[in-house]
Amino acid sequence: MTEPLVVLDHVDKWFGELHVLQDINMSIARGEVVVVIGPSGSGKSTLCRTINRLETIDKGTITLDGKPLPAEGKALAAHRAEVGMVFQSFNLFAHKTILENVTLGPIKVRGTDKAAAEKQARQLLDRVGVGNQADKYPAQLSGGQQQRVAIARALAMEPKVMLFDEPTSALDPEMIKEVLDVMVDLAQGGMTMVVVTHEMGFARTAADRVVFMADGQVVEENTPDEFFSNAQSGRAQDFLSKILKH
Amino acid sequence: MDDIANDPGLVLNAFWVTIQLAVLSGLASLVLGTLLAAMRVGPVAVLARFGTVYVSIVRNTPLLVIFVLVFIAAPTLDLLVKTPFLVKGVIALTIYTSAFVCEAIRAGINSVSLGQAEAARAIGLTFGATMTQVVLPQAFRATVPPLASVLIALAKNTSVAAAFGLAEATARMRGLTNNNADDRWLIFITFAIGYIIIVEIMSAGAISLERRWRVTR
Ligand SMILES: Nc1ncnc2c1ncn2[C@@H]1O[C@H](COP(=O)(O)OP(=O)(O)O)[C@@H](O)[C@H]1O
Ligand SMILES: [Mg+2]
Repeated sequence: MTEPLVVLDHVDKWFGELHVLQDINMSIARGEVVVVIGPSGSGKSTLCRTINRLETIDKGTITLDGKPLPAEGKALAAHRAEVGMVFQSFNLFAHKTILENVTLGPIKVRGTDKAAAEKQARQLLDRVGVGNQADKYPAQLSGGQQQRVAIARALAMEPKVMLFDEPTSALDPEMIKEVLDVMVDLAQGGMTMVVVTHEMGFARTAADRVVFMADGQVVEENTPDEFFSNAQSGRAQDFLSKILKH
Repeated sequence: MDDIANDPGLVLNAFWVTIQLAVLSGLASLVLGTLLAAMRVGPVAVLARFGTVYVSIVRNTPLLVIFVLVFIAAPTLDLLVKTPFLVKGVIALTIYTSAFVCEAIRAGINSVSLGQAEAARAIGLTFGATMTQVVLPQAFRATVPPLASVLIALAKNTSVAAAFGLAEATARMRGLTNNNADDRWLIFITFAIGYIIIVEIMSAGAISLERRWRVTR
């Protein structure tokens, strides 16, 4: 089991004229936690989204567990079930209760029976600290609670890898920690994670590697401590000096 | 002929036909309109094109012309020859109303944020399941006010069927008014009130649905 879980091999993507991903090569080991950092518009979200094919790529290959991503249809849906995703804007299903948000995937995709799915969902909601909100609707929860539910919803599919796209950027400061704590827990539990975030505290505590992106390219990658204290490229130094200022 | 006060059965019968027309066309239009909306937002280009063309043709065609096509033109092509009046009325009203239902639902679908569909796909739901489990239920909630207008217009459009010999409320009223000139106002008002009652019931239903779904949007 030493072959990497996720491999991006010479991946290129264009949005019209914009070369948003430029020859990306990246391999993520099982249990590894990779933090992706970089200025706004550098392609971090796009990179994240190509791994579960919410965005298609124009060149190169992406494999999960040695298998190339399916192009479409049922096979693609099955692939997405193996890749958990947490969005900046939570995207909980607004018309479903918290419990239903978590059970929908297991019931409709995995064919789990309702009672078993609910039991698992309640355990997951307890684990992320919102077990007592199960019967409410998303709009009735705080942002931090909603994001923790979104994590539980993704975990319910028992994914091989979890993608987080700026999971705390839409949160009020006092709620950031409760979400990061859940993520640190996950990381320490051995989950393979790709996390787009500017939270240096999280990167230092939980990440095995920091990948710095700018203008669609991976400019630099290193361990968190090395990267934050001793960035090599001018772009990274410049970027770090800006986020450290505020 | 008896006047309206002496023949409640005639009036009731006429309204029964109107209600049948409205309910059957309403249900059929909801089904067809939803299918058309799914085609228009779906990933299959040919179907999307078909949905767009259907809607733009039907929306730009007067209801009367659709009735002429179904009741007069179709039989000359050996189509719908033995079909009962009620069924032909439902067909014509459904062809027309489904285009408006499609647009109301499509607007509802567009009001559901893209993130909802992305989250659904991200947990592994297929396109069909994403639509039926996540997008359409929310779209329907956002669609209640415009759909109510479409269905209310449908209830009133059942009167167009009168011109085609269908024994529905308006036709019955004309028969009555022809024979009872003195009671014309009473009869007119009675039928107007009948339509108002139907429309009010529909509005009340729409408002209560909106209220019930308010928290969940
Ligand atoms: N769907 C899209 N169509 C066209 N351009 C896009 C699309 N999504 C993102 N972009 C552009 O691609 C670039 C990278 O975007 P993104 O991956 O969101 O960057 P980041 O997450 O690092 O801020 C930006 O310039 C953005 O405007
Ligand atoms: Mg982004």
